[in-house]
Amino acid sequence: MTQALFGQLLLGLINGSFYALLSLGLAVIFGLLDVVNFAHGAQYMLGGFLAWILLAHFGVGYWVAIAAVPAAVGLLAMGMERLLLRRLYGLDNLYGLLLTFGVALVVEGLFQNAFGISGNSYPVPAGLQGGIHLPFMYLPIYRAWVVAVSVFVCLVSWLVIERTRLGSYLRAGTENPRLLQAFGVNVPLMFTVTYGFGAALAAFAGVMAAPIYQVTPSMGSAAIIVVFAVVVVGGMGSILGSIVTGLGLGLVEGLTKFLYPPAASAVPFVIMALVLLLRPAGLFGRAV
Amino acid sequence: MNRAGVGPPAASLTAPVRRRRHHAVLAYALLVALGLVAPVLVYPVFAMNVLCLALFASAFNLVIGYSGLLSFGHAAFFGGAAYAAGVVTRDLGLPPELGLLAGVAFATLLGAGTGALAIRRTGISFAMITLGFAQLVYFLAVQMGWTGGEDGFQGIPRGRALGLLNLQNNLVAYYFTYSVFLLGFWILHRAIHSPFGRVLRAIRENEPRALSLGYDVARLKLLAFILSAGLSGLAGALRAIVNQFAALPDLAWQTSGAVILMTLLGGMGTELGPSVGALLVAGLETGLSGFGSWVTVTTGAVFVACVLAFRRGLVGQVRAVVARSFHGG
Repeated sequence: MTQALFGQLLLGLINGSFYALLSLGLAVIFGLLDVVNFAHGAQYMLGGFLAWILLAHFGVGYWVAIAAVPAAVGLLAMGMERLLLRRLYGLDNLYGLLLTFGVALVVEGLFQNAFGISGNSYPVPAGLQGGIHLPFMYLPIYRAWVVAVSVFVCLVSWLVIERTRLGSYLRAGTENPRLLQAFGVNVPLMFTVTYGFGAALAAFAGVMAAPIYQVTPSMGSAAIIVVFAVVVVGGMGSILGSIVTGLGLGLVEGLTKFLYPPAASAVPFVIMALVLLLRPAGLFGRAV
Repeated sequence: MNRAGVGPPAASLTAPVRRRRHHAVLAYALLVALGLVAPVLVYPVFAMNVLCLALFASAFNLVIGYSGLLSFGHAAFFGGAAYAAGVVTRDLGLPPELGLLAGVAFATLLGAGTGALAIRRTGISFAMITLGFAQLVYFLAVQMGWTGGEDGFQGIPRGRALGLLNLQNNLVAYYFTYSVFLLGFWILHRAIHSPFGRVLRAIRENEPRALSLGYDVARLKLLAFILSAGLSGLAGALRAIVNQFAALPDLAWQTSGAVILMTLLGGMGTELGPSVGALLVAGLETGLSGFGSWVTVTTGAVFVACVLAFRRGLVGQVRAVVARSFHGG
């Protein structure tokens, strides 16, 4: 009984770690660029898939992939920002959503053509195999690693944004990019780098997810919609909100899986509806 | 509401305006004629599907094109109504027109519920909230046994409409579908050209000003959303009866994306645009149906191209060119 409960809570915590990582990237991008990055799911999928391709076809392992893949996806995203997204600044921000949606469809479709729709499994890396027997449950080391690293990355990102000079530029750009540019900061470059960073974060989450979930072309679109609910619950553009809500919703989802499994996939959206009813701006959002 | 001053009397119209009205009448006449001969030109079932999608996109256009709200959850109304129509006609054995009514009723209620919550936010949040609700409906349909889950809701009878039209015959079914499409299109036409429609456009252009003029902006947006949901439901129910099944893909976010693409491609905020877009997208999907995921790739690429270079859409572009030629000459 407690075994099952803690097992589901751990699964929820792991899902929540990914929600937090993904919604953090979305929040940073949305805050500065005013773009809802629908391609975030595709970038997450790219992370998992590139790691799998590196291992299956080139024999390059997890520890290289976890550094190289996010960097590559980040660079790719920076190119996309320069070539495509940049043309839409100043227009209604719905166009940014539609553009990234189109890009996500293209990427997902291309991977489906090349690799089919079935899942590919990625082995747990050496050094993180096995598990620990706790008094109340069995804890696989890799899963503990995922939760720890995600929380660490989220906290560091939050500290960088809230406490450093670079972060202060980012926050200033979120408030008023033109004024920041008047102070001599290269705001267009900041936009590019921020988008690249957000995408790299998504790809990082994708590499981390590869040994836990099946690597499929549709893993991104499945995740991104829940992450959108997380962002709505946390409050659009709120960094802390997205981290806390991501972990929280993951836990609630896990708890529901224990109590009443059929409702688990619907729960994030029910919570979204409830939060909207009580606090339309989200838990951590500012009322507009 | 005071109607005086909304449209000047015909005698005082300037020549370009009158000519533009003539062009509009011509365009409508062409469309109606095309609809009448369509089953001769193409396979009737394809034509019926295009009509259902065209009605769906036109209803969607009321929200995106005239109210400026991007809904990413219209699949819930379209697909949900399909299931509602299926239950009424297959399980209760009622005639197809009651199936359509049930679909409209279901979608209207759902639209009222989700709209009341979603309308509190605008822009991007609105899109994400509507997507969330649609996903909720999708997961419910996956879990509940009566929907048939992954197999879909099969064996919906076409039956006899109004007790005398045998819809088993594809041609009869086509003209029935066409009549329902025209009815829905006419309702939308009336809504767009009513004072209500004008205020909607005013809200889209400048919400604070509309608010300051004393309009109940939230209520009007909600009304537009509910009307759009109800007519999307009509389209979905109609398609379920025509195709004789309802399935999960109708409820999935891809359908919400597809209806956005149809509207964007044809021209947001133009009356005929969504129908043209529906024809193009349906043609694209049929043409590429043997090529697996290339449909997804092409759809995405068309999306990107439209957003980057072609934001007026096809009909919007034509209209702009025609308008410019009048002002120039």
